[in-house]
Amino acid sequence: MEKLKISPENITKDLLPQAFGKRGMIWTASLLVLCGIGLFAYIRQLTYGLEVTAMRDYVSWGIYISNFVFFVAISLVGSLITAVFRLADVHWSTPLTRIAEIIAVSAIVFASIIIIVDMGRPERFWYLMVYGRVQSPIMWDVIVIATYFVISLLLLYLPLLPDLKILLKAKGEGVNKFQKMYRFMGSFWKGLALQEKINNKAVTILCITIIPVAFSIHTVTSWLFATTYRPGWDSTNFGAYFISGAFLVGAGGVVVAMYVFRKAYKLEKYITEMHFDKMGKIVVLLALLYLYFNINEYLVPAFKMKKPEEAHLNQLFAGEFAPLFWFAICVGMLIPIAIMLFKKGRKPIPMFIAGVMVVVGAWFKRYLIVTPTLLHPFLPMYNVPQSYHHYFPSWEEWAIAIGSLAGALLVITFFARVFPIIPIHETITEQHENAE
Amino acid sequence: MENKETKSRREFIAAGLLASVAVGCSTKKDPFTAGVDEGVTASGEKVKLLSVDGEIIEVDKAFLKPVPVVPPVSIDASRIGIEGKKFVMVIDLARCKNLRKCQEACNHVHHVHSDQNWMKIYPLQESEHTAPYWQPTNCMHCDEPPCVKVCPVDATFKRQDGIVLIDNERCIGCRFCMAACPYSSRVFNWQESDYKEVAGTEQPYSPETSVPQKRGTVGKCDFCPDRYREGKLPYCVEACPNGVFLYGDMNEDSVTNGAETFRLSELLRDKAGYRLMEDLGTKPSVYYLPPVSRSFKFEDGMDDESKADKDISSHK
Repeated sequence: MEKLKISPENITKDLLPQAFGKRGMIWTASLLVLCGIGLFAYIRQLTYGLEVTAMRDYVSWGIYISNFVFFVAISLVGSLITAVFRLADVHWSTPLTRIAEIIAVSAIVFASIIIIVDMGRPERFWYLMVYGRVQSPIMWDVIVIATYFVISLLLLYLPLLPDLKILLKAKGEGVNKFQKMYRFMGSFWKGLALQEKINNKAVTILCITIIPVAFSIHTVTSWLFATTYRPGWDSTNFGAYFISGAFLVGAGGVVVAMYVFRKAYKLEKYITEMHFDKMGKIVVLLALLYLYFNINEYLVPAFKMKKPEEAHLNQLFAGEFAPLFWFAICVGMLIPIAIMLFKKGRKPIPMFIAGVMVVVGAWFKRYLIVTPTLLHPFLPMYNVPQSYHHYFPSWEEWAIAIGSLAGALLVITFFARVFPIIPIHETITEQHENAE
Repeated sequence: MENKETKSRREFIAAGLLASVAVGCSTKKDPFTAGVDEGVTASGEKVKLLSVDGEIIEVDKAFLKPVPVVPPVSIDASRIGIEGKKFVMVIDLARCKNLRKCQEACNHVHHVHSDQNWMKIYPLQESEHTAPYWQPTNCMHCDEPPCVKVCPVDATFKRQDGIVLIDNERCIGCRFCMAACPYSSRVFNWQESDYKEVAGTEQPYSPETSVPQKRGTVGKCDFCPDRYREGKLPYCVEACPNGVFLYGDMNEDSVTNGAETFRLSELLRDKAGYRLMEDLGTKPSVYYLPPVSRSFKFEDGMDDESKADKDISSHK
């Protein structure tokens, strides 16, 4: 393990939130513009109804739902990096925990938003609370996602408490504006031994709790599909398939975020090449795992070629969706594996590229899970206008989907602006322990 | 046009009468059967009335009954269903010529958007060397409805009389039911219905009538329980000139298309009735009779096919 030899004062100075530079301003402004366009598109959708989308009776779920699955998937990484690694006593991941946790929180928030966007009657959202049927997989999703959100938020907040104390004492352009907020959030934290003890215990309990909840959110999300009869969805493999894919895209997302934060905030001393190397190995492992489930998911039905599956699989392997399908397989799994298998590929820049590939591949993979199946119903598509036979998202759908992605990034950006993205207190403690 | 309308109205009444008689055997509680067999004696006092054909007729005063008022069924009542009933439909594929009269009537009365249909008539062919046939397909009103299972807010439900309905005052528009239904029988109101309501005919919403349609909610065949309450047959059954659709009550073991009435169990046995996708375990309430000894050639239905500008080849 590499040892940091930096004094606590310097660590604090390095890791304090910084005001946006010119690039930060441009980045934030662009995200705001994308969100604004998305909001405008959504206002149009509210005015004219879901007619503004390209969805119709056959493809009744489009990129909103695949985007939802993507968000839920990427949010799983919080539980992996924070909980699994903590319980396994892995220490090198400390600087990455907060990155993973804020990705989890913002993704789960936008997963909920995008699902409301998809509803034909969003103003009836509260019916889920008053008329909710626990027999419906949607209710299971509502319950576990809400639980996951609360636990993730706590896992973000509790480790932040010691840092808030540091922030309250700190002076500087980056933190002065937020003193009131820091005080509101953490003035009760005195850093007493008892407080530390309770906090640590709470975090450990949350880490244990979040693992089954994390498995639940994505298993249940997969059941939204697997509980139907449709070819391509009617699979007992779906829960594991979704979870492995979720860990992969989440880890990919963390790699990208690591690189960006490291560059933007000059964190080379804290997010080191060692971190990229280790994350690279993890991503390779997860990609291989996901590939394994993909083989199960596609090749086993393809061996039998049952009639309802046949049209669906042909479209994916060699038909209309083939370019996208092979893109998702190659860019989302095979090429990143090829890059990261080698030590040279686990350097920051190739890792960043591979991470982006994983995330982009994963987004399109979700689309391929949702839409092609709907184009192969049991009874032929019939007695409908031509437009019902195809699906290509309308500009409103693209704008809203992109807006939601920008929104998630915006939450992460603002969070990093206000709070230290690398835990200061934990970094100091660990360095102290290492030195001993 | 006018002629046609009167004719169909007469058919409605005939069918209603038939249904009333059929119902009268089982229960006397139905409002429209009251007095049919009460043995009223003529009073000798006559009154003059105007018939539907515009002729003046004389009727004995004792036989006069006020027109039964069927109050619109509340949403709560339409969630319960009609006691003692188990509605079923039998679709005789040997009689279907793809006339689409069922579709027209159904779309019209249910204000279905012009892009959509609750009733679809598929040209199907099991395999290369077997004969093609027309298959009218509506909601199967399954006894194990996958759509009802997945609905998160109880907006679609199964009633005691076997009918699966949608309450569009409850539906949140998540469309999970559409993904769950293997028969593709559900449609979504992506926009306001383009049905032009005639002024003065607006009616309060009831899940039994499914109108008015509501944007952002799911719709589908409702098996016309409102018609049953009026002693009439569903619109598709009445509209079909070939008697393809037989509607009835499994508890009474009878189905009728208005002109002919069959004992359900015998019909299914003698003509080898079957249900769609039996292997999925959905237990539909709609039975099919195989297309044997057909009244029409498959090709006869193609004339109407061209009118509908839909391509057959696309799904084969």
